[in-house]
Amino acid sequence: MEDFAYARAREMAEATAALASRDTALIAGGTELLNWLRLGIAAPARLVDIEPLGLDGISASAGPDRPVLTIGARATLAAIGEHPLVRTHGAVLADACLAAASAQIRNRATLAGNVLQTTRCPYFRAESPLPWGCNKRHPGSGCAALRGVNERMAILGWTEDCVATQPSDPLVALACLDATVTLTGPDGERSLPIRTFHRTQQEAVAEGLDAATAETRLRAGEIIVSFAIATRAGERSAYVKVRERASYEYALVSAAASVRVEDGAIAAARIALGSVAQRPWRLDAAESALVGQRLDRVAIRTLVTRALGDARPLSRNGFKKAMAINAATRALLTAGGAT
Amino acid sequence: MADTHRSSTTIERPRDDARPRRVDQPGGPAFERRDSPPITAPARDRSLSTHPVAIALRVNGKSIEDVVAPRETLLDWLREGLGLSGTKKGCNEGACGTCTVLVEGQRMNACLTLAVQCDGKAVTTVEGIAAADGTLHPVQQAFIDHDAFQCGYCTPGQIVSAVACIAEGHATDPATVREWMSGNLCRCSCYPQIVEAVLAAAQRAGGR
Repeated sequence: MEDFAYARAREMAEATAALASRDTALIAGGTELLNWLRLGIAAPARLVDIEPLGLDGISASAGPDRPVLTIGARATLAAIGEHPLVRTHGAVLADACLAAASAQIRNRATLAGNVLQTTRCPYFRAESPLPWGCNKRHPGSGCAALRGVNERMAILGWTEDCVATQPSDPLVALACLDATVTLTGPDGERSLPIRTFHRTQQEAVAEGLDAATAETRLRAGEIIVSFAIATRAGERSAYVKVRERASYEYALVSAAASVRVEDGAIAAARIALGSVAQRPWRLDAAESALVGQRLDRVAIRTLVTRALGDARPLSRNGFKKAMAINAATRALLTAGGAT
Repeated sequence: MADTHRSSTTIERPRDDARPRRVDQPGGPAFERRDSPPITAPARDRSLSTHPVAIALRVNGKSIEDVVAPRETLLDWLREGLGLSGTKKGCNEGACGTCTVLVEGQRMNACLTLAVQCDGKAVTTVEGIAAADGTLHPVQQAFIDHDAFQCGYCTPGQIVSAVACIAEGHATDPATVREWMSGNLCRCSCYPQIVEAVLAAAQRAGGR
């Protein structure tokens, strides 16, 4: 780990001013950043600790109709996972936080830090100097995963320059619940849908940006302040995480669903897949087609399969498409209350 | 290089990184750190850091002041700086849990925590788990009674994690213990015995 300086930001203005310097990084829990520093993924000259800013509140405001759940950027995964308000109004987010890491890590890791984590691609997460190409680490060096060990890589949205997935569990739940993320920076405060916060590699190229490195819409100098979820009446949610062991492992595929059932039929459905692309993947086509359907496994599976028709598995991860279909089906049935 | 031998619990780390130093252990005599090289990194001169930071915190109930490099993890500082080698270094990336300590009563991976982030906080290591008179903590005794280890390398982390797991109220049944202790790997695979030990200790704690 390279040497760096350390300071604490006592006010938000201090933090944003510090970020004006490109070689400064923020640290919250540090559970992701410390490993970046060890591997050489980042080598900032200075860390600014935002612990004194707080930003860890969890509250539900009484809106005109339904409560809006607001979660501070520094709220820990442990605090969110066991918070009564989140369990009541966004169970899928609470469950995703508890499934995201070990109890020890959940006590340190923050929601914003978790959302900003990068891919678990083994070619990306290796110690410098890399013995292979990785466009995300060294633009122009190639993508060793494209034709290498790519079992866990993307099946949607990838390009030949990068096949990485976004591994966060809470992010999938936030996308399912149509959360907004509030940012503050040199140009003031702004909010945007979490669904559009990350880019797939294809979306980056379409915007004229680098496929491998233009992962988020976070601008230079910006800080995540909070996440907000407008809760919806009558919806119940569920998180399904498929992994190689029962606990404490990254997802091969995950699915977050929120469903409202009336008279035995689906009245509203939202479904997002995780670890299939570089952003959570909402199945918009399936969501509208699901309305009016009974909680029937075969019917739901058929609609989900159709919505994933554009999946493009790599040489070794064709199984992830089948796994995603099954995970989405199970999440929808569980959220809908099917027995 | 001048050695610093202090019986005081306030430690001032000299900028030239003089060693060894000593720390009073609860329930035992002061113990002297041996000048062995770090496990993973080549021996480095801490004075090479151009950004030293003064910290003051409590470790196992004792006040400690030190000057650290910002890049120094809590794990390395406990082991190399204070000589509290009970906290083990396994993966050094948050995967194995053998470096588990309590920070403000919450279990955390010391390898994923910078020492500077613990300024003003209370840290408890496995050395601070037993009673002041040396009587083992119920979790420690339960690990012996249930033969919950073979090589023992993961045991300090397992014990600290189990103390927190029980305090959190998550040591209720085998499945819950397995889930909430999943951050502590045991490559000897003593999991059945560890689960038994944690549940037995929880029962004793609840029965008191």
